[in-house]
Amino acid sequence: MDATAATTSSEARTARRRRRPRPVPSALAGLLLLAGCAGDAPSALNPAGSGASRVAGLWWLLFWISVAVFVEVMALLTWALVFRRGDVRIRHGQPLRFVTVAGAGLPFVILVAVYGVGLRDLAALGDAPGPEALTVEVTGHKWWWEVRYPGASGATANEIHIPVGERVKVRLRTDDVLHSFWVPQLMPKTDLIAGETRETWLRAERAGSYRGQCAEYCGTQHAHMAFMVIAQPRAGFDAWLARLNAPARQPTTEAEHRGQQAFVQGTCAACHTVRGTDAQGRVGPDLSSVGSRWSIGAGAVPNDAGHLGGWIANSQTVKPGNAMPPQPVYAAQLPDLIAYLRSLE
Amino acid sequence: MSTTTTPSSGVSREDLGRLAEHWGERPSLRAWFSTVDHKRIGRRYLVTAGFFFILAGLSALVMRTQLARPEAGVVSPQEYNQLFTMHGTAMIFLFATPMFFGFGNFLVPLMIGSRDMAFPRLNAFGYWVFLFAGLFMWASLPFGAAPNNGWFAYAPLSAEQHNPGLHMDVYALGLLFLGISTTAGAINFIVTALKLRAPGMSLNRVPLFVWAIVATAFMVIFALPALNADNAMLFLDRRFGTHFFDPSAGGNVLLWQHLFWIFGHPDVYIIVMPALGIVSAVLPAFTRRGVVGYPLIVLAIVSIAIISFGVWVHHMFATGLPQLSYSFFSAASTIITIPSGIQIFAWLATMLLGRLVLKVPLLFVIGFVITFVLGGFTGAMFALTAFDQQVTDSYFVVAHFHYVLIGGAVFPMLAGIYYWLPKITGRMYHEGLGRWAFWLVFAGMHVTFFPMHLYGLFGMPRRVYTYRSEPGWDGWNLVSSIGSYVLAVGLLLVLVGVVHAVRRGRPAPPDPWGGDSLEWATASPPAPYNFPVVPRVRSLHPVWDEWTAESTGPSATEDRILSNGRRTVFTSELDARYERAVRMPESTLKPLLLAAALLVFFAAMLLSWYPVAAVAVLVVASTIAVWLWPPRRPDEELAVAA
Amino acid sequence: MTDRGGLVAAATGAEALSTELPVGRSTGWWGMVMFVATEATLFACLLGSYFYLRFQYGPQWPPGGIEDPKLLTPLVMTAVLLPSSLPVIWAEHGIRRGHRWRLRSGLAATMVLGVTFLSLQATEYAEKLRHFTMTTDVYGSLFFLITGFHGLHVLVGLTMIGWLLAASLRGGSFGAHRHEQVRNAAIYWHFVDLVWVAILFTIYLSPRL
Ligand code: HEA
Ligand code: HEA
Ligand code: HEC
Ligand code: CUA
Ligand SMILES: [Cu+2]
Repeated sequence: MDATAATTSSEARTARRRRRPRPVPSALAGLLLLAGCAGDAPSALNPAGSGASRVAGLWWLLFWISVAVFVEVMALLTWALVFRRGDVRIRHGQPLRFVTVAGAGLPFVILVAVYGVGLRDLAALGDAPGPEALTVEVTGHKWWWEVRYPGASGATANEIHIPVGERVKVRLRTDDVLHSFWVPQLMPKTDLIAGETRETWLRAERAGSYRGQCAEYCGTQHAHMAFMVIAQPRAGFDAWLARLNAPARQPTTEAEHRGQQAFVQGTCAACHTVRGTDAQGRVGPDLSSVGSRWSIGAGAVPNDAGHLGGWIANSQTVKPGNAMPPQPVYAAQLPDLIAYLRSLE
Repeated sequence: MSTTTTPSSGVSREDLGRLAEHWGERPSLRAWFSTVDHKRIGRRYLVTAGFFFILAGLSALVMRTQLARPEAGVVSPQEYNQLFTMHGTAMIFLFATPMFFGFGNFLVPLMIGSRDMAFPRLNAFGYWVFLFAGLFMWASLPFGAAPNNGWFAYAPLSAEQHNPGLHMDVYALGLLFLGISTTAGAINFIVTALKLRAPGMSLNRVPLFVWAIVATAFMVIFALPALNADNAMLFLDRRFGTHFFDPSAGGNVLLWQHLFWIFGHPDVYIIVMPALGIVSAVLPAFTRRGVVGYPLIVLAIVSIAIISFGVWVHHMFATGLPQLSYSFFSAASTIITIPSGIQIFAWLATMLLGRLVLKVPLLFVIGFVITFVLGGFTGAMFALTAFDQQVTDSYFVVAHFHYVLIGGAVFPMLAGIYYWLPKITGRMYHEGLGRWAFWLVFAGMHVTFFPMHLYGLFGMPRRVYTYRSEPGWDGWNLVSSIGSYVLAVGLLLVLVGVVHAVRRGRPAPPDPWGGDSLEWATASPPAPYNFPVVPRVRSLHPVWDEWTAESTGPSATEDRILSNGRRTVFTSELDARYERAVRMPESTLKPLLLAAALLVFFAAMLLSWYPVAAVAVLVVASTIAVWLWPPRRPDEELAVAA
Repeated sequence: MTDRGGLVAAATGAEALSTELPVGRSTGWWGMVMFVATEATLFACLLGSYFYLRFQYGPQWPPGGIEDPKLLTPLVMTAVLLPSSLPVIWAEHGIRRGHRWRLRSGLAATMVLGVTFLSLQATEYAEKLRHFTMTTDVYGSLFFLITGFHGLHVLVGLTMIGWLLAASLRGGSFGAHRHEQVRNAAIYWHFVDLVWVAILFTIYLSPRL
């Protein structure tokens, strides 16, 4: 997690540190299952949102039932192995009652109960926030996420900011193939269906950044279609949203100016938008705040000068198959472009 | 084993000579290509499916090597995507189902006391089609044109626009081609089991394995068309510009998923059902008693076959369909665990009441129970929509289906291989080697796939060619990869064991285990005519039953010896009353020719050589016409009215 | 074996062995029934897809200004195809009694009806293709896939009938004791025939409901 944490905005980083370890329902299960889950894994068993918490609870119920039934089966098996009866060939006494009760009756009772619990949780997950709730519009592209807020002119990519403790509606569309929206610590999946709109919601109980990713196979770079949900206190969120309406930061240094020139007049502008400039392309991610992004290429590489340069020089070596072709950038321009893009916070 | 008779006591030497003459084949190249003997075809199915298993397994090893460390570069993303797709597709379509068809082919006629399948030539045809379709699909891999869309090939990623090249054409055509073989095989099993059972084998005396195969075949009959329709539409969309899965022209991408899973869910039971049948067949020999609860197990088999058609939406729990439909499919998916529970507890009861003989086949059965139960539990968990939405498309699902596929299908398969190896090859396997293989496979399986539950829950999605280091992912992925090598070594030992048995094994007696079903009442390996006398069955455990033994010994009758001509017995569908003796077809090259013509057709379609395809269709049609052309008979024999 | 002596003797006597008196259903019959079952499922999937796509599409169906299908031609086609099963039945019953002429003329009559059906379908296609093709939109795709697929089945059925006709004209092929292939082809033909009713309802009638 550290690679990503290092690149997250500092605000989110402090939020992370403040996080208490979540008390898991059982110390034994904790030992067994969380051995590898100690830190900040994007783990469903380390929930930070109301949807995921519910499902984690359901999981522990199912887990313990399975343990119990498994122990039963193993006990019978061991018994059979230890006490081997005589050579009987055809035995007429058929313990049909045992088979029916243990194999059908008991499971049936358990399953009906569990089904009831499952239904309740399903209803809870489906209970979407009303129209007054904050809405985020997320569009899946091969292989990055476009994120817009109704009312805000700007857009961002591969990161979703939400206010802590509020239920936020997420409207999901896809520009091409199927994707699936999954933030394990906050909410189970909802697929993005071509030609249709789907809705889900998020609610983070604590501030922090939560890794999400595409969970439906969507082609070559399905592996690198991650995003970050950054939950911050309402005030911070409002400030952030305001910036989404404002033009991007203007270049200050000489190099940044040259970089902006190169960007706007070069091929970049055909595909990318930087608010407040002539670059208004809509093929690729909006780059108005690319400098503070948690990664480059939807989780492909960390966001630092070196990787950014590598990306611009030839993103195909970084994220083979992605939709940004190698760009005809002069070696001399590259440092300027990097400087400019890094300055867009 | 007192009741096991020498297989030919009731038959005279002359009869045996005539039977051998009518059924035997002189070894020659032509005979090799033209055989219609279900045992040879069955063996070929087993070997060919095993070959595809090795290919698919090696693909998995490459994948595991790539995934052993974060951000590894063993293969490119494009290669990885082809590998996992071919791995899944081949394991499901070219390995699991055909492997069980192989067992079925070899065993069903023997278990029901018949001399061949109902349609021996169709059987040969089915095999050739399977072989060609498998080669057709695998051949695309070296060209970098293998299917790359996952084994369930969701639209619209499979559309030409998003996936140019031949990849998905290979998929669609390959599966349509293969479907011909599967359908032919299924029809053959059903009809064989309906009409060719030995006299007296009424429905309540049919071995559980045969029940399982028949139920499987019925599922194939009703499930496969959905896949075929899907693939036909996919191919039309890609090649001829139709719009079934194109939302911009009124199509719908979810149609693909519905049709695929209407097939796909029954298909997983198509895979596991014969495996459960093998378990029921193996247990009696190693518990020294019949399986407990025969009628309950039959009921379970039939109800699984039926309910399995009503749960498909549980593969689409995250697509955002109405909650009402989710709660229905969730309930159905929950209910379908019950018949499996019945079977598990029936086997446990059998083991509790019997006396276990811990030979390798039983070891694999025990491994099966442990593993399948765990895999079944995760299945039952998915049945709850809320939980499934969290873990679907993560490695948790990968863990589930390898537990049920390897634990539920491959372990019984291995049990079956060890169990019937003496019957199939006439040689005994090496017990010690077998035990080593078992322990390595068992340990390897759990070391590989148990951690997948963990990193699935920790958020790792499936079908990613690489991942960035996350706590809980790196270490456990490495464990999985190491486990997969252990598993491979174990399977290698299985292979070595089989080769060793064939080369060096002790000759096997007709009935080395004291089994209860009819295949043990004949020689190992069986003569080309299977049974010198078609037995008359008096119980569910014919080989343990003196009467049945007598029917092929002292009380053998001419109408069940049928030594003049290549003949076997038809009986009535339900209570297996003797109906008549029928002549069985001779060996022929036409099935091979027909399959080859189909291969040309599909290859031509793939490469857009439509005129060649048209010619191939003509060849197909005329081959069939000649194949079925009635021989000329005198009018008196035909009974033509004047 | 004495218990079933009579039947067994009948089934194993020299004459019975060479003529296969029809006792019980044959394997061929079951094979054809199973084949038809799987084919019927295939059609069910296609028709199911039609309704699925239609109801997912929305209220306006057929979409994009394509008119509701005209009924005249398909009704005539129905009137041609449905009765075409009768001559087959008549022929099959005939050959069961050994009447070869009934087999020949019955099959010929079915051929005529089947070919008529296909020609009518061709004229219908010619007319439709002026308005839309299978690449126009999903409606076009469905229309041509389903009717085309059925047409293909009629063609296969006609090939079978033609094949039977050829064999029966040669002589020495079928008689009261051997006519399994007639029976199986008949089953197939009835199936092709009945499926048309479902298609008529789905493609032609249902948009008007
Ligand atoms: C051999 C194959 C096989 C078998 C037998 C099963 C068995 C079951 N499967 Fe599985 N399944 C697959 C193969 C199989 N599955 C595959 C290949 C996929 C993934 C496809 C893909 O996405 O690529 C899949 C995916 C899959 C999903 C979708 C997951 C997802 O993609 O999100 C679901 C959801 O409900 C499911 C459910 C079940 C259930 C309820 C059973 C039940 O039949 C299990 C029943 C058995 C038991 C439960 C154990 C024995 C019973 C007892 C000991 C009694 C006591 C039990 C209880 C009280 C629970 N399976
Ligand atoms: C019957 C079905 C079956 C079987 C047996 C297996 C067996 C194995 N599977 Fe497979 N698997 C699937 C069906 C199956 N799988 C399916 C349906 C998918 C989904 C695909 C998709 O998403 O579309 C999948 C996906 C899948 C994935 C997920 C890929 C992804 O999502 O990115 C992984 C990853 O580890 C994997 C691993 C393995 C391994 C290590 C084995 C091992 O058990 C393999 C072991 C076998 C061998 C190694 C070959 C035999 C070896 C010999 C006889 C000896 C010779 C060997 C040597 C010389 C070493 N499988
Ligand atoms: C043909 C369209 C196209 C052109 C031209 C183009 N890009 Fe891109 N760019 C994309 C796409 C699409 C992505 C998203 C790729 C992905 O993540 O899969 C992208 C991603 C990026 C990213 C990473 C954004 C993020 O948040 O992860 C940067 C930085 C970037 N481009 C910079 C540039 C620069 C600088 C240029 C010009 C030299 C340029 N691009 C030209 C299409 C384009
Ligand atoms: Cu988008 Cu996977
Ligand atoms: Cu399923």
